[in-house]
Amino acid sequence: MQDKKHIIINGLIVGILSVLLVKFGNPVNMGICIACFIRDIAGGLGLHRAEVVQYIRPEIIGIVIGAFLMSYGKKEFYSRGGSSPFVRFVLGFIVMIGALMFLGCPLRMVLRIAGGDLNAVVGLIGFVVGIYIGIIFLNKGFTLKRTYNLNKAEGFLFPLINLVLFIILILSPTFIFFSQKGPGSMHAPILLSLIVGLIVGAFAQRTRLCMVGGIRDLILFKDWYLISGFISIFVAALVGNMLIGKFNLGFVKQPVAHNDALWNFLGMTLAGFGSVLLGGCPLRQLILAAEGNIDSVITVIGMLLGAAFAHNFKLASSPDGPTLNGKIAVVIGFIVVTLIGYFNIEKDLNVKIKGGIKIEG
Amino acid sequence: MKDNIIDARGRACPEPVLMTKKAMESYSCVKVLVDNVTARENIKRFAKNNGYKIDILENDEGILLTLSR
Repeated sequence: MQDKKHIIINGLIVGILSVLLVKFGNPVNMGICIACFIRDIAGGLGLHRAEVVQYIRPEIIGIVIGAFLMSYGKKEFYSRGGSSPFVRFVLGFIVMIGALMFLGCPLRMVLRIAGGDLNAVVGLIGFVVGIYIGIIFLNKGFTLKRTYNLNKAEGFLFPLINLVLFIILILSPTFIFFSQKGPGSMHAPILLSLIVGLIVGAFAQRTRLCMVGGIRDLILFKDWYLISGFISIFVAALVGNMLIGKFNLGFVKQPVAHNDALWNFLGMTLAGFGSVLLGGCPLRQLILAAEGNIDSVITVIGMLLGAAFAHNFKLASSPDGPTLNGKIAVVIGFIVVTLIGYFNIEKDLNVKIKGGIKIEG
Repeated sequence: MKDNIIDARGRACPEPVLMTKKAMESYSCVKVLVDNVTARENIKRFAKNNGYKIDILENDEGILLTLSR
């Protein structure tokens, strides 16, 4: 229990702050959603033209800067990369397609359940199935190979880009798109969103909070550490939603959600499967990217581009339900992730005595 | 006592833990070399949960965890 104290506090804080952001203007059950917010940023930058989901979300910027400052202060910031970058890009892209089929990243899935949205329970079942499939590949020796140290300056680029995004948000030049209606137009005040992001990012950097890792570690190692964060987000958001009167149990008329069970299930199965191969959920990728992990930066760029394509090609669902294009994309996504899984299995990876390593005290 | 060194440097979570787990199936003492704090903490937790004694050595080459029981 003692070692889980921090991650439980972390989870409670994320849950409470998410509800707070809804109270102050974010869409319901979308206090924080990494997939939705990256999608909104793609729209804000004009990478897609879905007019209802365009905004530069300060939460994302805050999470990145918060995690960067914390990792830097704790001397855990270091530039590294080179672990199958393009495979990670493709996986990031596909995870986004799955998440936008369901309408939310794993974090929003938890927040949706805490808001009484039972479609998200269907999503959770799919998510667990996806993680389980991914674990089969891990156990067979799936690996994206090792990372290498890079020039320190490269690690600063991603936090810097986020700083520039914030400046763009404040200056609001004419080439930036802001939704006039729909979820993109609903947002808490900029400063509040930024501060929440900073807190969440800093905490999650310390605790390694990860939705995918929680279920994965429980299945794989019977380790309850990461999932205690997951559970405490749920508990805090549930209580918070009840307090602000946003708890609404049921399948129909849920905010920014649809009730096509099969595709909610499959969307999250794909997101879970892809995320396990990546080693972490979209939130965790964002945190790692802020710590100088260039592979995660590339994953985030994959998610950004995936979100842009998802709206340009009408792959993303809407409250009306999934689209035919989206269903086709999810099926293709499964095929691609399975092939990636298969071709990256290293047969004799696991136990090897390595020579030439000198260890002295 | 058979022992075994695993070089898990550069590997992303959960690979170092998986490699450790595999090695524990055939060796009673396992040495794991990692290069980041996340991997160190994950392996520490895994070893502790499985009743292993943990000894940690850190230097420029990386972090060496010696797990035994």
